[in-house]
Amino acid sequence: MVKSRPKFVMFLIRLFAPITRAYRAYVTSPKTRKLRKYGPPILLLSPSIILVGIFVYTLIGRSISMSMTDSYTFAQMVGAVPTETVWFDNYVTLLTSENFLHSLQNLLLYTVVFIAGTLVMGFIWAWALDRRSRAEGIFRSLYLFPMAVSSVAAGVVWRWLLNANQGNQASGLNRLFQNIGLGFLQNGWTTNVTFGITAIALPAIWQMSGYVMALFLAGFRGISDDMREAARVDGASEWQLYRHVLFPQLSPIALSALIILGHMSLKVFDLVVAVTDKHFYPTQVPAITMYNYMNAGNYAMASAVGVILLVIIAIFIVPYLIHVGKEAK
Amino acid sequence: MSIDTTTVLTGKRTESKSVTKQGFDWGRLARYLILLISLVFVLIPVYVLLVTSFKSVGDADPSRAWAFPLNWSIQSWITAWKGTTAMPSVAAALGRTAMMVIPASIISAFLGSMNGFVLSRWRFPGANIVFTLILFGMFIPYQAVMVPLFKMMASLWTAKLLVPGAPTLILLHVVYGIPITTLIFRNYYQNVPQELIEAARVDGAGMLGTYARVVLPISIPSFVVVLIWQFTSAWNDFLFAVFFGGNPQTQSPVTVTLNHLAHGSMLSDYGASMAGALIASVPTLLIYIVLGRYFVGGLMAGSVKG
Amino acid sequence: MRPRKIIAALAGAALVLSMAACTKDPVVDPTGDPGAATGQLEIFSWWTAGSEALGLAELVKVLNDKYPDITFVNNGASTGGGSGKDVLQTRMAAGQPPDSFQVHAGAEAQDYITAKQLEDVSYLYSEFKLNDVFPTDLVDMLTKDGKIYTIPSNVHRSNVVWASIAALEKAGLSTTDAYYDSIDSFIAALDKAKAAGIEFPLAIGTTWCQVHLLETVLMADLTPAQYRGLFDGTTDWRGAEVKKALDHFAKLMSYTNADRGDLDWEPALVKVLDANAVFTVMGDWTPAALDARNLKEGVDWLWAPSPGTKGIYGFLADSFGLTTGGPNPAAGKAWLDVISSKEGQTGFNQVKGSIPARTDIDLSTWSNYQQGASESFKNDAIVPSIQHGAAATIAQGNDTGAAVSKFTVSPMAEANIATLQEELAKAYA
Repeated sequence: MVKSRPKFVMFLIRLFAPITRAYRAYVTSPKTRKLRKYGPPILLLSPSIILVGIFVYTLIGRSISMSMTDSYTFAQMVGAVPTETVWFDNYVTLLTSENFLHSLQNLLLYTVVFIAGTLVMGFIWAWALDRRSRAEGIFRSLYLFPMAVSSVAAGVVWRWLLNANQGNQASGLNRLFQNIGLGFLQNGWTTNVTFGITAIALPAIWQMSGYVMALFLAGFRGISDDMREAARVDGASEWQLYRHVLFPQLSPIALSALIILGHMSLKVFDLVVAVTDKHFYPTQVPAITMYNYMNAGNYAMASAVGVILLVIIAIFIVPYLIHVGKEAK
Repeated sequence: MSIDTTTVLTGKRTESKSVTKQGFDWGRLARYLILLISLVFVLIPVYVLLVTSFKSVGDADPSRAWAFPLNWSIQSWITAWKGTTAMPSVAAALGRTAMMVIPASIISAFLGSMNGFVLSRWRFPGANIVFTLILFGMFIPYQAVMVPLFKMMASLWTAKLLVPGAPTLILLHVVYGIPITTLIFRNYYQNVPQELIEAARVDGAGMLGTYARVVLPISIPSFVVVLIWQFTSAWNDFLFAVFFGGNPQTQSPVTVTLNHLAHGSMLSDYGASMAGALIASVPTLLIYIVLGRYFVGGLMAGSVKG
Repeated sequence: MRPRKIIAALAGAALVLSMAACTKDPVVDPTGDPGAATGQLEIFSWWTAGSEALGLAELVKVLNDKYPDITFVNNGASTGGGSGKDVLQTRMAAGQPPDSFQVHAGAEAQDYITAKQLEDVSYLYSEFKLNDVFPTDLVDMLTKDGKIYTIPSNVHRSNVVWASIAALEKAGLSTTDAYYDSIDSFIAALDKAKAAGIEFPLAIGTTWCQVHLLETVLMADLTPAQYRGLFDGTTDWRGAEVKKALDHFAKLMSYTNADRGDLDWEPALVKVLDANAVFTVMGDWTPAALDARNLKEGVDWLWAPSPGTKGIYGFLADSFGLTTGGPNPAAGKAWLDVISSKEGQTGFNQVKGSIPARTDIDLSTWSNYQQGASESFKNDAIVPSIQHGAAATIAQGNDTGAAVSKFTVSPMAEANIATLQEELAKAYA
């Protein structure tokens, strides 16, 4: 039996009745169910959405608008001299400039060599480490170590290793090749006008292969022994085992590695500056062109280069994201 | 299917003893050969770093990159560690960097985990678009947005809402870490069996409750992956450090100090800069050694699936 | 303590007001009233390591003596690609300027002047009596439309050739005099060294070192007036004199080491010291590297003006200016007083190895090189360096670097020389 409520409480209940009714209606109404369902997740996401909105999209917007002005000097950047809108002139200038096209070509070459090299290296290491050996932990930590070395100092070492001298005055890797009887491998490394940039990929591969190894290693471990055994019992050869069992399992991993490496490669900057020089023609890439423009106060052109980089990235990343989105459903 | 946490954490596969080897194992030899040759490739630059760090000024030169020091000297290590009037100290900078990197990685891990959970489980309209937009943020070239970004930070400094150095860097690493941490956690949570979540829901837990009671405890593998990634990138970051690090001698992280060692605008002290780089890489290396096996385990637990 | 602070604050305020009211007529004389300035002095300088940092420490000592109430902060940072100019500009654009900042004297300061980020400090030249102690050529070079915006703290010379005596012996060249009166006679000497078995007798480093060599060749093949004219439009970059210099430059590059793209200036110098090369053309920060190796002038190495440039002083200098809207102008002014004072310039330059911009400092106890350089500085025609910001703005410097790098990695063909000349002409148009 329910104890009768004091008058005071009854009064309160009556007073708040309309609110309670409204709440009940809210809870049960099909119209607001959506809000209840989606409110909390949106609330949880909102800090990130707001931060990304401010720090990424507002800033991209500013870059785009800056890239359409003639703000070519410090004076204009700080507002001491007025700027005018020139729409797409800066893009036309860049895309018709031989030097900028050269830097885009460099970026493409670098990206291909860096990603291919890192994936191959990482895969081979993971494959070799997969049959767990006692020394696995040591190998793994050593292979990951280059990621821990700051590129300022790593760059100096690689600059020494990639020394272009050959023959008597050779030093760096060329000297090493001579000493181990591989003298024919000697080359000019970064000094080749067209392919010099690919030499920069070497330190980049050195830094990132360990990470990709860890990714693939995880992939290998994810394939159960039962699957392998089953394939073997079915009479599959070692190659068929890889072709039909392991590769399909590893391809999603390769894809995420591709995305992570791709975004690093498109932004490559410190490594190039540390290994060669920000004016060195054979190793010019757009991020350096952008830096040089900024250093000279030419923010309009710098932003235009930045926007071009973003567009290139979008061309590759948006299809991937759409693919990911579809898969998630 | 349930997640066996031990397996996931250590990345160990139950050993199969069924295959008995007969005769000499050529595959095994090939693997070891590959491992050793690769180790040479990895260690060559480290060797140069090491020997150069023991050389004195006249001796540290590219033409003598391979040679042992003429006189072994630990002077460069002392210079780098303690600093001099002419050189900032790496030791002091390491402490400042740790104070910045540790909170930055922990906060971004939690933020990423929240985002990842929501985006993998709650299919509200536009969830995919939100995810895409967040992920795209990973790709902006930071130099291009540096001026407006700096203006924004400077106005926060002026308003005394923030100070240059560690607090600003924490904010920036957290913000620009959102895309990758979200990606990693979202992929991980997609592999969490739906039944686990449903069970929590039946128990009447709300979304927050589910997150705290069910999801967070099984997230450790992904936390390891994210912490390692964020730790490495924040520790080695130079661009934000030089712009937002505040006073280079008293507030900035170690990469700024290393850069000072490497590039006096006239003379370079190669020995000290390499000793400094080796010292600065030790904390990250320790993280790899301690968390290394969990790292692979974490990646394995689905964090990496596209 | 308190009343003193208030007085100091009032003095500071008075100084600001007086500066705003009339910049030509100094009311407060900081040299006569040490300690008038107070609070924090924030400068932005890339002297963060090595002998430069030691020199800066000397300047801070003088500051502490003269202005005991000022706390000194250097927020400068060198960045991977440069001297932190990007950081400095970004800070100023965001309204966070330091009180004073380091800039190469000359054209490089022009960017800041047009942006109205530097104050006219010509009144300080009369206040600190600098007009009497700086060479007239120098003051003329720093003056733009009757105004001066920066005060140099130290002066370097770019057109110097360095040779190792061991290598000179090996090559059968004079071991007492490394001066050649023209590029052609220098080329003859390089040929002789080559014949003696030194494959690449002229050592050089990466792009900026190559631009550095180019500027000394221009100084040799053009008269000082023609050379200065390159930067004010009175000399044609497409003309025959420049063509001759570029031909010479191309020829000289053919004597240089293949790994030039991989070296900074110091490893290039080491090639000379190891007698793998005979000469290198570099600025006069070189003795610092030679001293660090305990090598002696006349015993181990020689210096001379770079070929064909006797009587010309290729000038570059670090200088400081007063920032518009800096938080503590009184302190900024005190800093300019310190860096231009006799004590400041003595202390700094002795440590760094450059020479003072002041000509009234007794250098008899300084190094032989410094004494010689200082004599030239007083008597020679002073012309601005391209590579080091005296003649070229940052944008022009970038374009020059790009053009030269593109040229020196390609075959030294006639068509490429023409392209280089055209790109240089465009850069300085």
